[in-house]
Amino acid sequence: MTEQKTPDQKAPATIPAQSKQLPGGLTDTSMRVTGTRLDPSGALGSRAASAAHLDLDTPDHPYLDSNELVINMGPQHPATHGVLRVILKLDGEKVLGTECVIGYLHRGVEKIAENRTYTMFNPYVDRMDYVAAVSNGLGYCQAVEKLLNVEAPPRANYIRVILTELNRLASHQLWLGTHALDIGAMTPLFYTFRDREEILKIFEKYCGARLTTHAFRIGGCLYETYAGFEKDVKNFLKFFEPKIDEYETLLTGNRIWIERTKNVGVISAADAIALGVTGPVLRASGVKWDIRKAIPYANYADFDFEIPIGENGDTYDRYLVRMREMRQSLRILEQAVNGIPEGPIMAKVPKVIKPAPGEVYHSIEAPKGELGYFIVSDGSTQPYRLRVRPPSFVNLQALDVMVRGALVADVVAVIGTLDIVLGEVDR
Amino acid sequence: MLNSFMSYLHSTVTPGEAGNQLWALIYVLIIFAGVSLTVMWLINWVERKALAHFQVRLGPMRVGPHGLLQPFADALKLMLKEDIIPAEADQLIFWIAPVIGLLAAFTVYTVIPFGPSQAVSDMNIGILFMLGVSSLGVLGIVTAGWASNSHYPLIGALRSSAQMVSYEVAMGLAVVSAILMTSLNSTGTGTLSMIGIVRAQQEQHVWFLFKFFPLGFIAFVIFAIAMVAETNRAPFDLPEAESELTAGFHTEYSGLRWSLFMLAEYAAMMAVSSIAVTMWLGGWMRPFPNLLHGPAWELIFSLFPGLSFAAFAGFAFIGTVRMPKHSFFKVQRIGLGIFALVLAFIALVLFVIAIAGRNADTSIAASFREGIDYVYWFLMKIAVFMYLFIWYRATWPRYRFDQLMRVGWKVMLPISLGVLILTAIVGVLV
Repeated sequence: MTEQKTPDQKAPATIPAQSKQLPGGLTDTSMRVTGTRLDPSGALGSRAASAAHLDLDTPDHPYLDSNELVINMGPQHPATHGVLRVILKLDGEKVLGTECVIGYLHRGVEKIAENRTYTMFNPYVDRMDYVAAVSNGLGYCQAVEKLLNVEAPPRANYIRVILTELNRLASHQLWLGTHALDIGAMTPLFYTFRDREEILKIFEKYCGARLTTHAFRIGGCLYETYAGFEKDVKNFLKFFEPKIDEYETLLTGNRIWIERTKNVGVISAADAIALGVTGPVLRASGVKWDIRKAIPYANYADFDFEIPIGENGDTYDRYLVRMREMRQSLRILEQAVNGIPEGPIMAKVPKVIKPAPGEVYHSIEAPKGELGYFIVSDGSTQPYRLRVRPPSFVNLQALDVMVRGALVADVVAVIGTLDIVLGEVDR
Repeated sequence: MLNSFMSYLHSTVTPGEAGNQLWALIYVLIIFAGVSLTVMWLINWVERKALAHFQVRLGPMRVGPHGLLQPFADALKLMLKEDIIPAEADQLIFWIAPVIGLLAAFTVYTVIPFGPSQAVSDMNIGILFMLGVSSLGVLGIVTAGWASNSHYPLIGALRSSAQMVSYEVAMGLAVVSAILMTSLNSTGTGTLSMIGIVRAQQEQHVWFLFKFFPLGFIAFVIFAIAMVAETNRAPFDLPEAESELTAGFHTEYSGLRWSLFMLAEYAAMMAVSSIAVTMWLGGWMRPFPNLLHGPAWELIFSLFPGLSFAAFAGFAFIGTVRMPKHSFFKVQRIGLGIFALVLAFIALVLFVIAIAGRNADTSIAASFREGIDYVYWFLMKIAVFMYLFIWYRATWPRYRFDQLMRVGWKVMLPISLGVLILTAIVGVLV
């Protein structure tokens, strides 16, 4: 089975409020907290450490009783981005603590990997972060390539970069739309979906699929670019640049947007690093960590781009970082589509992939953060063990630190700004 | 009976004042049916279409031409839905809550002056009555949240009560500054009567929006913000905040009961808009009466109702022509064509009345023309506010609870107090 619990974790606590006798003689015993618990003696600051004991037992007040409210947000809730369940302990509107309950979308992807050959498992990774399927595929393919000691040819790398950056844009667009919707602005959602369509059209033309693309193969790409691919991408770049301005007109200077996002869900750089947070969430706290620059993969080293960082680590900074990241993605795309070389798109890979025994960890900068694959090979055609380090899962840990003491509305804003995809959290 | 029916046609006062119970009843029925139908059909449709076009989509297109019958389909669906009262809910209060909201929203229409005689009654405390009764709407929301016996509705109800209480204050102060302005006449006595307030603007030859510029304007803006908060519309729709509280106070409601809440919400929107129109925008008076007057201008302005309907008919006709030439759309095309003809017929009737009654005599046509003019301009002004409500909803994110409170108490209350004091000072000095 997938090992999700850390060894030092305590026995899961049952929540009294939830395990009461339900009408009809049903006892609700299934609701055990398997969420994120932090080690109080760890490297975290005191604020983060206070998240360790989320005691959901309501203490007895003999005098002036002010009961806390324990409410369930999700797994069916319009703003939890899927089937995330957050148990909120509230004092009026103020959040005293949260527990994330996950696993509602658990499909055992890592276990499936142990029963599939390396090639057969490739499409499964698309179903984790289905919003950024191309990035998932890239991470997996490169991890296996590393295990096999194979390098994808330059042209394949260029195609990979173009498609992953397009996918980054698509993922950020979806984040922007849903995040704005969570905060109450309905309209950006429709704008972003309208423009995301153009990216999906390019994917569809390239590989026939729009969402779960399975665009890459181990060793390179299966498909050559279609006629007019470069032109489509260039047209898209021209089309999309003003659209970012359009989104920003609606939100960046909007008074209510600023009030709702400034100083909301603040996480310090130290806390973010201690919690393992990566991606735009980490960069908004002022840490310049982007795997595309730090440990360049594919051929990101060839491109000239910047890593936007924020200062305050609040929701507004995360918003700005992602918006600037979209512009940087456009820069990368422009360079990539103009410099795409001729040549083969597939390296020499054996028909039956049988890597030598060993292990490999490879990580890429997915739109949501560091997406890592740890593969242990026992020399057979199937991985002995495959472990995914999904950015959403790790970033979700920060939720409690970010919303403690805030209001209910901020929980929604922070879930949106963390940009989680439950397919990836639960795998 | 016929006598009392006919005698009112020339009346210059409301049926309530004239003691004409028959016409009072007729007005109540007209208003109840008219408001329900406008809310259910027209505003519902316009909101969905306008919102859709803000958001680069089409909105309802299937049920009836351009989705014109969609609201009826929805209403039918809501009526046919199973009537659910949660087992844990307080049944009686759960049942009463939407009725309270609806009653509060509809009762205020008794004093709304659609014209100098086009109202059920002219109460001498009209505006107090309106503010008082429309605040009762919160009772419906609070009881709904309480009776649902569920967490999200409870939070929604608590938010709602706090929000309404804090915005009532700023709203009331803004209204008071307009009432102060009514006392700037020879006798020095103001009025709380809704009709009296419009008459005061008529006598002073200025809408209170422009009176003591910018004081009247600021008071109006304060009221315009507070009324959005009062009716729980975006960006102040915290009690029902979809993304936070699923549906807030009406989470547990469904079917007809839910639609009663919606009906109450939209009726309340129109009610508060009509307060704003009465207090600051000259009520039933047409625009530019000082600048553009004389028989020619009177005639031109009296053609406006007919022209509007002619324009609607034109749009409907263009829609008929542009409908795809395919047998699938045949029924829709015929339907839209009939709709265009009906609108054109109404426009024709309005033109005929406007021209037949152009001499301001005591003929029935003249009093009809006057009445139509008054109601038309009043409704047009309300329509502007309804459009603004939709526009806000498409544009702005939602305020957070504490920020809402801060805006209410720390920004709007001091400003409206300041405006009130300045209005009083300026009024004394003038």
